[in-house]
Amino acid sequence: MELLGKTRIDFIGKRNISFVISAIISIVGIIGVIQVARGAANMGIDFSGGTAMQLKFSKPISIADARVALHKNGVSKADLQEIKDGNKLLVKMAGAAVGKPSEMVQAAFKKEFADNAFTVESSTEIGPSIGNKLRKDTLIATVLSMLGIIMYIAWRFDFKFGVGATLATIHDCLAMFAAFYLMNKEINLMFITAVLTIAGYSLTDTVVVFDRIRENLHKNLKGAMHTIFNDSINEVLSRTIVTSLTVFLAAASLFFFGGEVIHDFAFALLVGVIVGTYSSVFVASPIVVILENRALAKKASAA
Amino acid sequence: MPKETGWRISLIAVFVVLSFLYLTPTLASKLPSWWGNLLPKDKIHLGLDLQGGTHLVMEVDTQKAIEGSLDLVATDLEDTLNSKNLRFKRIARNGFDKVSLVLYEKGTADAVQKLIKDKYPTYEQSPTFDEGGFVALTLRVNEKDAQDRKDKAVQQALETIRNRIDQFGVSEPTIQREGINHIVVQLPGIKDPQRAIELIGRTARLDFKMVREDISPASGSIPEDAELLKEKMVDSATGAVTEIPIVVQKKSMITGDLLTDAQVRIDSQFNQPYVAIEFNSLGAKLFDQVTAANVGKRFAIVLDNNIHSAPVIRERISGGSAQISGNFTEKTAADLAIVLRAGALPAPVKIIQNVTVGPSLGQDSINKGLYAGLIGVLLVVGFMAVYYKLSGMIANLGMILNIVYLMGALAALGATLTLPGIAAIVLLVGMSVDSNVIIFERIREELKLGKSPKAALDAGYDKAFLTIMDSHITTLITAAVLFQFGTGPVKGFAVSLSLGVIINLFTSLIGTKVTFDLFLHKGKVKKMSI
Repeated sequence: MELLGKTRIDFIGKRNISFVISAIISIVGIIGVIQVARGAANMGIDFSGGTAMQLKFSKPISIADARVALHKNGVSKADLQEIKDGNKLLVKMAGAAVGKPSEMVQAAFKKEFADNAFTVESSTEIGPSIGNKLRKDTLIATVLSMLGIIMYIAWRFDFKFGVGATLATIHDCLAMFAAFYLMNKEINLMFITAVLTIAGYSLTDTVVVFDRIRENLHKNLKGAMHTIFNDSINEVLSRTIVTSLTVFLAAASLFFFGGEVIHDFAFALLVGVIVGTYSSVFVASPIVVILENRALAKKASAA
Repeated sequence: MPKETGWRISLIAVFVVLSFLYLTPTLASKLPSWWGNLLPKDKIHLGLDLQGGTHLVMEVDTQKAIEGSLDLVATDLEDTLNSKNLRFKRIARNGFDKVSLVLYEKGTADAVQKLIKDKYPTYEQSPTFDEGGFVALTLRVNEKDAQDRKDKAVQQALETIRNRIDQFGVSEPTIQREGINHIVVQLPGIKDPQRAIELIGRTARLDFKMVREDISPASGSIPEDAELLKEKMVDSATGAVTEIPIVVQKKSMITGDLLTDAQVRIDSQFNQPYVAIEFNSLGAKLFDQVTAANVGKRFAIVLDNNIHSAPVIRERISGGSAQISGNFTEKTAADLAIVLRAGALPAPVKIIQNVTVGPSLGQDSINKGLYAGLIGVLLVVGFMAVYYKLSGMIANLGMILNIVYLMGALAALGATLTLPGIAAIVLLVGMSVDSNVIIFERIREELKLGKSPKAALDAGYDKAFLTIMDSHITTLITAAVLFQFGTGPVKGFAVSLSLGVIINLFTSLIGTKVTFDLFLHKGKVKKMSI
């Protein structure tokens, strides 16, 4: 079976459109990153410090009632979120100290919902010093893995390809930040893990395309850059899509069936896989074309 | 069959056998008796997020340990000076790193200076100075000693906490020091985390202090050698808590480090639990002396600066045993006995991270993770079979091999499987067929060029090799960084991912190739199912 027959799509010719789209995505992503750095985004308590609890009630409970109950008992700053299956409630208190807040929440619910017993399914309390350390470690990890990838690409490909692959990788990471920022999803350690995983994985598609471009460049020294690149992308298009599709299927099953704990993590992976495929065709390759053309023009004017 | 193929098949088979061998302890509920010592016993551990449990990070207030040792120095100097008939006005800890002494005359000051130099040679002594007509001098702990003391305090705290957890009874706890003053405790599968946390985090400093009946707690002016502490009384009927202030002597008569044992007993008369304690010989002697000298007076049993009870000494108590009674449930009495036996923490600890996962959520996560994994496998297997037909099934075989090897490797390393770790395995299901997709697409191209199946196969594997290496190495780079910096669940993800990626290189480049070679080696096959 073949998904796509022989295609002749002018990918490189569409670069103006794709660059505009990618620029918008990247700008939103950068805003997201800045908000994260400022601590203004929806930060998980692993970075901000605080308390998060997941409670399972025996009967359905409305968020409004829960909020009133907490307010009455002196817990004023809490984010509440409902998990649909199984009367579950997430309570998040950013920046709160370890120990007290969790007891206060439990006491409040025990008092106000005496006929609706609950169990604490999980509770996470993180002091501010740990949050700071984690933020610092995460930053180092992100910088290190980016550096590692860039160095590897720089070693394997020449400079122009390296620039294309690196920009595409950064683009993919920014797109994930943009999605999470726009949807106000929580930025936590698992999200960063997903971003770094995609940073490594999205290169697969880029490498597949680049390898083919290099191969064709060696074979065909006279053709126009534009055509060689387009032909190469079209030649490997089906494998670019199929490799992404298999990982997409796996990530989608995590997203739909993996449970609430890794729901957002799987969502981040899905976004990353899709954007990673798009960027290897529409971002990485056009950038290399532009750089190659510029180098050729320089050579021509020098001669 | 070509020689090379036979060799490779044996290698694959050996790895399969090894994987299952390593997996046996994980899969079998009980190992058979003939399993013996030579066969592997390590198994895949479940992370706290999967089996439920508590992960604590505690910070030892090491400054308090220094202050504590300076207090001891001050007390010791008081005793020494008293015994040598050197008169002084005041000796006390001053701030966080000094002890200051105030003396009446220059003459005694000289003698004291000499004495200190002999007794505490490592301390830095200031020259004497005048303080409101008295002669004063200060003693300062030097930086290196302070560091040593802090280090020792964390080490001691670790030992004490380990002791307490052992006595509390938790299976397979992890207690580790992290950084300068942090202690990480993991308690898998614990039923009552709140109780365990209270037990672990308690300083449990026990002091016996004489009650100063001569000073009213309401008076407001409390002499320097006394302090105001509170006794908490809980009304067992209403649960109401009342606090009674009591003035006690600042100096302890006896402290908890002189105990050798503490046990819970039940009072036969009132059916009330109490804690029976045993002193060591020095403690027994002191206790004997103190009770003998103070019959009819009250002394306070002080736990972490709260008065537990303040009974009247009815008679001299010799023999070194005593009891702490009042307001206990069986659990609180048992916990007190544990902390007294394990000893006090050298400094207070603060819990700065507490992640607790209930067992039901953990089981739920396992079920959902496995379910998602199964669906992921089915989707990928189905897709590959439809898209690449028989060749797709060979890729699927490689994927299954990949999972078996990965589980075997996790077991062999005694690695911890977390929910993100399961997610990584599910993700790997998708990734592991990728290499074969790249190879297959190349083979299709070569076939279109008119090559024979055998030639197309070899060209496909050869030309795809570098591409596959590249894509694996970039994933491996991030996985390695995540492993280095990640904690808990993230680390689990990194372990599964990096092992999986390495194994995948083997299965996709050697495992699937061998299967093809078996089918195609004679070169007679005209058509390839791809």
